[in-house]
Amino acid sequence: MGNLIEIRNLVKVYEMGAEELFALDGIDLDIKKNEYIAIMGPSGSGKSTLMNIIGCLDTPTSGDYILNDKNVSEMDDDELAGIRNKEIGFVFQTFNLLPRIDALHNVELPLIYSGLHYQDRVQKAEEALVNVGLGDRLKHKPNELSGGQRQRVAVARALVNNPSIILADEPTGNLDSKTGEEIMALFSDLSSNGNTIILVTHEEDIAKHAQRTVKLRDGRIESDYSKVKL
Amino acid sequence: MNILLEIKESIIIAVTAILGNKMRSILATLGIVIGITAVTLMQTAIEGINQAFEKSIASIGADVLYVQKFEWFGKEDWAFYRNRKDITMNQFEFLKKFSQTSASISPSVGSMRTLKYGDLSLENVFTLASTDEYQKTLGVNVDDGRFFNARESEGGYPVCLIGYDVKKAFFENVNPIGKTIKIGSYSFRVIGVLEKQGSMLGLFSLDNRVILPIQRFFTLFGTKRSLSINVKAADINKLDETKEEVISIMRKARKVPLGAKDDFGINQQEAFKSTYESLTSLIKIIGSLITSLSLIVGSVGIANIMFVSVKERTKEIGIRKAIGARRRTILLQFLIESIVICLLGGIIGIMIAFPISLIINAFVLPTSMPLWIVGLSLFISILFGLMSGYFPAYNAAKLDPVDSLRYE
Repeated sequence: MGNLIEIRNLVKVYEMGAEELFALDGIDLDIKKNEYIAIMGPSGSGKSTLMNIIGCLDTPTSGDYILNDKNVSEMDDDELAGIRNKEIGFVFQTFNLLPRIDALHNVELPLIYSGLHYQDRVQKAEEALVNVGLGDRLKHKPNELSGGQRQRVAVARALVNNPSIILADEPTGNLDSKTGEEIMALFSDLSSNGNTIILVTHEEDIAKHAQRTVKLRDGRIESDYSKVKL
Repeated sequence: MNILLEIKESIIIAVTAILGNKMRSILATLGIVIGITAVTLMQTAIEGINQAFEKSIASIGADVLYVQKFEWFGKEDWAFYRNRKDITMNQFEFLKKFSQTSASISPSVGSMRTLKYGDLSLENVFTLASTDEYQKTLGVNVDDGRFFNARESEGGYPVCLIGYDVKKAFFENVNPIGKTIKIGSYSFRVIGVLEKQGSMLGLFSLDNRVILPIQRFFTLFGTKRSLSINVKAADINKLDETKEEVISIMRKARKVPLGAKDDFGINQQEAFKSTYESLTSLIKIIGSLITSLSLIVGSVGIANIMFVSVKERTKEIGIRKAIGARRRTILLQFLIESIVICLLGGIIGIMIAFPISLIINAFVLPTSMPLWIVGLSLFISILFGLMSGYFPAYNAAKLDPVDSLRYE
């Protein structure tokens, strides 16, 4: 079975005035389908930059990023938007829901951008919300929901378009530890249901839920450790 | 992604955003409301005056040439025209005899007279004298009674037709036919009432007149006057041909030497139209400049609000981009928001302008608001929405997703 993600000699350089800052300094990384992987590292290690590139929000300075046999590093803005829409489901630390619209409409958004019609959209979005246990909160706006519920809405939004990867950036960072555990349990469920999950965190407690942990330091991979031999 | 679906979603987003910020949206539309009100009122006034003008000059007749000493809107001194030789009945007879491209020709002469009926009196009534052919030449319609016939015309019978104003002043509840009125100090029998014509551009009434046989006029008021010879062309499409013919016959009749300029004028409705158009086109240009100024101020306001709106929603744009919104989608979202705001302003503007135009129509000037003006105003609103929304929307579309997600 091939790799879902192949990253070869990935470099990202930021120009800081006259100086060049190597946020990523030659990363090689393969991720298989249905892996549950945590990317760890202290701040400044390059994990956010790597996450942005894997999430197609940013493009590398050099190197290749191949997702599902497509070379993403050569794509333009609109093609990247299409990839984000169909292949990637984001879960953010701050939830990043749109405040003015209800849970159902928030979950519908990715489907709107993939051009689905109203009835299909509502049906799929409802299903996704029921699957994360929010079947009774469809018409609630984000500010009428608790932190854990908001993150569940975000997870439903990430899942609704059946993406190849779920990309979670410190998903428990804004939650208390009990709610955080609930969200992590949800991710474990998703993993056992066949989803590929990439978790970006700096907390060991959170990272231990993953099967594989990749640690970054100064833009390079410091260690790559798997609990289970794949 | 389907463009119609995209537009529909953008409209929903726009309406939600506008409703979410009611006060700001109202303030933002204010400039456009004022601008569109001004544009619409300007157009209705111009349209109303145009229509009134068309109606007014209809009485001049599009296919009638007026041979006169004076030229309408002539450039020379009044004295220059006055010193020309008079146009006489002999010249009229000559023209009538030789013209082949005219349907009918009639001479006319007029002056202001005081009319009397019993104890009633009416000053400064336009007293027009002509032959029986005048009716055919100018297409005069008689409401009541009849026009004078050839026998009455040639014999100079003391008969007359009265205009609507005269009828109203003298014969409010009486049938005027057969009654005797005095023009100056001479008696005339009323044989007809002219159809009501209204006023010339609201300046003077076309109904304040009497028409009598020209021979009678000469007998009573003297022959030493210059005539107007009115020529109705046989074919309106060959008006220029008739004009050429009339000029050449009149030159012979008046013995104008070869190479000399015409010593008479050929007047036609066209002169009114071109003078009117050169006048109103100036008004239109100045009016459009002034009104578009208010629209530009309005659209700067909208652009300002849109820039603020984009800035405020940087995070939202980041989120939308993260879950798959393309540049075009974001561009469209903000463009449509700006268009919706302007269109709203335009609709309100039209709703304000409509009653005002009715008030102006009743008290000041004729106005008219046909559907095309409403359409034009809405089109201008959309145009200004596009213009004022483009740069803010373009800024929004090209935002970097990583930066905008980080924006707080």
